[in-house]
Amino acid sequence: MSPLDELYREVILDHYRNPRHRGSLNGPHVHAEGLNPSCGDEFALDLSVEGDTITDVAIQGQGCSISQASGSMMADAIVGRNFDEVEDMIRKFRLMMTIDEGDNPVDPERPGAVLGDLEALQGVRKFPVRIKCADLAWTTLTDALAKARANA
Amino acid sequence: MIDLSALRADFPILQRTFDGRDLVYLDSAATTQKPVQVIEAVDAYYREKNANVHRGAYRLSAEATDAFEQARTKVASFIGSPRSDQLVFTRGATTALNFVAYGWGLHRLGEGDRILLTIMEHHSNIVPWQIVAKLTGAELVYLGLDDDYQVDLTELDRVFDERVKIVAVSGMSNVTGARGPVDELVAAADGTGAIVVVDGAQLVPHDRVDVAAMGADFLAFSAHKMLGPTGIGALWGKEERLEEMEPTEGGGEMISDVGLTESRWAPVPHKFEAGTPPIAQAVGFGAAVDYLDKVGMDTVRDHERALTAYALERLAEVPDLRVYGPRDVDRRGGAVSFELGDIHAHDVATILDEHGVAVRAGHHCAKPLMRHLHVPATARASFYLYNTPADVDRLTEALLDARRVFGLA
Repeated sequence: MSPLDELYREVILDHYRNPRHRGSLNGPHVHAEGLNPSCGDEFALDLSVEGDTITDVAIQGQGCSISQASGSMMADAIVGRNFDEVEDMIRKFRLMMTIDEGDNPVDPERPGAVLGDLEALQGVRKFPVRIKCADLAWTTLTDALAKARANA
Repeated sequence: MIDLSALRADFPILQRTFDGRDLVYLDSAATTQKPVQVIEAVDAYYREKNANVHRGAYRLSAEATDAFEQARTKVASFIGSPRSDQLVFTRGATTALNFVAYGWGLHRLGEGDRILLTIMEHHSNIVPWQIVAKLTGAELVYLGLDDDYQVDLTELDRVFDERVKIVAVSGMSNVTGARGPVDELVAAADGTGAIVVVDGAQLVPHDRVDVAAMGADFLAFSAHKMLGPTGIGALWGKEERLEEMEPTEGGGEMISDVGLTESRWAPVPHKFEAGTPPIAQAVGFGAAVDYLDKVGMDTVRDHERALTAYALERLAEVPDLRVYGPRDVDRRGGAVSFELGDIHAHDVATILDEHGVAVRAGHHCAKPLMRHLHVPATARASFYLYNTPADVDRLTEALLDARRVFGLA
């Protein structure tokens, strides 16, 4: 597969065109917003929390396929998880997105075993200027999680 | 189409390849590539003439000063300035526009005064006016666009009255390529006491400009967008405006006398050139206008007009591609903004880059215009004298591949 086809995998284009959990939450929730000023990409999310578990999530935003697909896949991945699990996921995602191959926690023998669909974003590593696109949702999630922990 | 392809040999960077393919550089609206004549002029200055300018008692400093002032003469003459001391060297067009906003606007605007802008301005011709409006109580008024992306002048009579003190207009949009209505606004301002400030960052590199015929009060432009070095640009002004204008920066070089509590300024243009100026860059700027003069600005304009026409024709062959800008190549320059289907501009730019085609994507420092067009981002291809029809063909092929990658083909 060419680097381009690896970057724009089917699952990424699907999340870009049909983002999951799009909208906003009505009940009590925490809200966080992120912006990449250099490119104008925007991302925001609402988290509904019970105890230390994320029970629902809603996302908003506009931008490139990588930033929006990353947010949609992230939303899918965090529902039902507790704070510690989500923080572990953020850590693994960031390691996966670093340019140094040796840090990648993803197991090439078992695709999807570590980060599920999110592993499709590995193709971004070959395009260093686009890593910040993939990271926008996760920076925003980090903010939201800090707010949720402060409320807990 | 005029064949300027022989000039390409003057631009060393155009020899670069990416993944085995020749670089197709289509981002000249952001910055242009440099011919060897400019690179060598800067190099020769540092090797043979480098010293600080003005007031040096030794011959080397006199030579540096001559080189610097000769560059001023060349650049002033390039835009048809009656005198070379009407040309102030600045860090670029942005600084030039800020100098007018702070040095002229801040001292003359008050509550109820108006600054008239167009919606297609670059941030550098909006933000300084916003700051000055806030400080003075003046009001910003914008002219919108018509269906052909031209500034809509039907509103002019309604918004143009004695309250308008400054008109700030782009000579050419860096997004749509549309030419700004400089002549019409100069005519409207005539006799009202309003001054006209032209952002020439995209105009001066791409067409013959004669400030005497233009009739504007100020013209700002940047060297790096016209084959010259970064870090230098120019503000041209009418003599009486430059005399009226206060310096924005104080320091060495810009004074005739300094006392304990106040100082007297050096004559124009030096009162606006505080500190050691970008000397080598000025020399490179001079070499750049020499180069453009040799090619001829009419030739540059005609070449770009033909290339833009060809680009608009080829882009029309790409399904789902929408161009944001005038169709008539007589009313526009060579910056072509577009969207492709539902593919975000950054994704388009990434795919094009994989094909060795360099374009810009985003809001192009013109967010009010992007909101006006209801588009968060566009991809933009922009041309200069070194681009060829083959570059346009490579762009078109890469765009067709973008459709394939995104499953549109």
